[in-house]
Amino acid sequence: MGADFSLRNRFERGLAAPICLTWELTYACNLACTHCLSSSGRRDPMELSTKEAKDLIDEIAAMQIFYINIGGGEPMIRRDFFELIEHAVKQKVGVKFSTNGTRIDEEAARRLAAIDYLDIQISIDGADAQTSDRIRGAGSYDQARRAMDNLQAADFGQFKISVVMTRESIEQLDEFETLAQHYGAELRLTRLRPSGRGVDVWEELHPTREQNRRLYQWLLARPNVLTGDSFFHLSALGDPLEGLNLCGAGRVVCLIDPVGEVYACPFVIHDEFKAGNVRDAGFAQVWTASELFRSLREPGNPGACGSCGSYDACRGGCMAAKFFTGLEMSDPDPECVFGHGEVALEKKRLTIRPTPSPDHSKRVAVAITSR
Amino acid sequence: MPSAVHVFDASSPWRLSNQVSLRDEAFGALAYHHGNRRLVFLKSPELVALVRSLEEFASADEAIDAVVASGQHQRYVQALSSLLNSEILCGR
Repeated sequence: MGADFSLRNRFERGLAAPICLTWELTYACNLACTHCLSSSGRRDPMELSTKEAKDLIDEIAAMQIFYINIGGGEPMIRRDFFELIEHAVKQKVGVKFSTNGTRIDEEAARRLAAIDYLDIQISIDGADAQTSDRIRGAGSYDQARRAMDNLQAADFGQFKISVVMTRESIEQLDEFETLAQHYGAELRLTRLRPSGRGVDVWEELHPTREQNRRLYQWLLARPNVLTGDSFFHLSALGDPLEGLNLCGAGRVVCLIDPVGEVYACPFVIHDEFKAGNVRDAGFAQVWTASELFRSLREPGNPGACGSCGSYDACRGGCMAAKFFTGLEMSDPDPECVFGHGEVALEKKRLTIRPTPSPDHSKRVAVAITSR
Repeated sequence: MPSAVHVFDASSPWRLSNQVSLRDEAFGALAYHHGNRRLVFLKSPELVALVRSLEEFASADEAIDAVVASGQHQRYVQALSSLLNSEILCGR
């Protein structure tokens, strides 16, 4: 599609409803990935009830949000998972959901295959068990592959294989492509954000500048690889990548968490980016009237990036990546392709970085020595 | 996904596909095709009005003449043609 600047300017002022609405159904998860952007693990006792979740779906349908991206936690852990997605697709609200695949046995695969308007993304973090399990836990890669086998056997059709680009996985791009081809699947690559538990691993796992440059070239040659507009900060390297190439937070994108809190995007689960709760006056009210979202729709201040010739291409990069690495919104993206972010980070070495607000990580068992 | 080559003939009757939902926006509208799951941007309110009115006219040419300011006929034929390629429109 290429960059359409006039349309992008329009989008930066916000839309009547989001295009990309992510809804984390639960904080419960049976895995404990080291980079989990929602710090998931334990269910929150305040999570939306089935009735509240269905009301929210009705509101989403009324706002003509064409599809929702469902995640978690592991969304399939919710007992009403099928009830909710069936409620959505019945009203022509398409569902794209992200799963670790552990709950997609043969029967679940058949049930999923029977539902229209449904897309599935199965997450792995390496093209082999060793690499992937280092992030997602022992056995998780094999379980994800079993889910893919089951979907294929159930004739689900084309699903997506979703991979977060880390210093390790980025070395396996061709292997991921081969794996996707093996299943007739689409490949989806997204950016590692320092959000949630990702705060703790970002420094050692985020791609190097040289790796990012290789990724950019690889993606440019493969416009059919999906990225969810994740790598727009790399568009400063030249031709824009596929997608809108803008930070959509609060403008075309937002996140609803399992307890109904609305955040500006999936990568900023933090009080500072909380716009309101759907339990108060509904989602539409938050989307249109929240002060935070209104301010995000104001023309941005290019800050330190104002004098850079590539500002139009990358718009200063990702808000969440800056925030959780301790940078200001007016600073360059920490992974600025020209290295300006590294300089900014170096200057802020002593700054105390924000930690993500709600932490639903499983409590770590402390070994108690017996007397 | 291979898609058939669509030829847009402005002298024929057209309509918005049943599989497509339109959502009005300040710049025009978003069109979402529930089948191929593609999101398409209609970049002017005139184009949105035109697309919505296609069904009432015997041909796209007539619809354009009725809905769009004169002198822009060819531009809107092209816009409709590209919407046909995205399967937003279909014949009737």
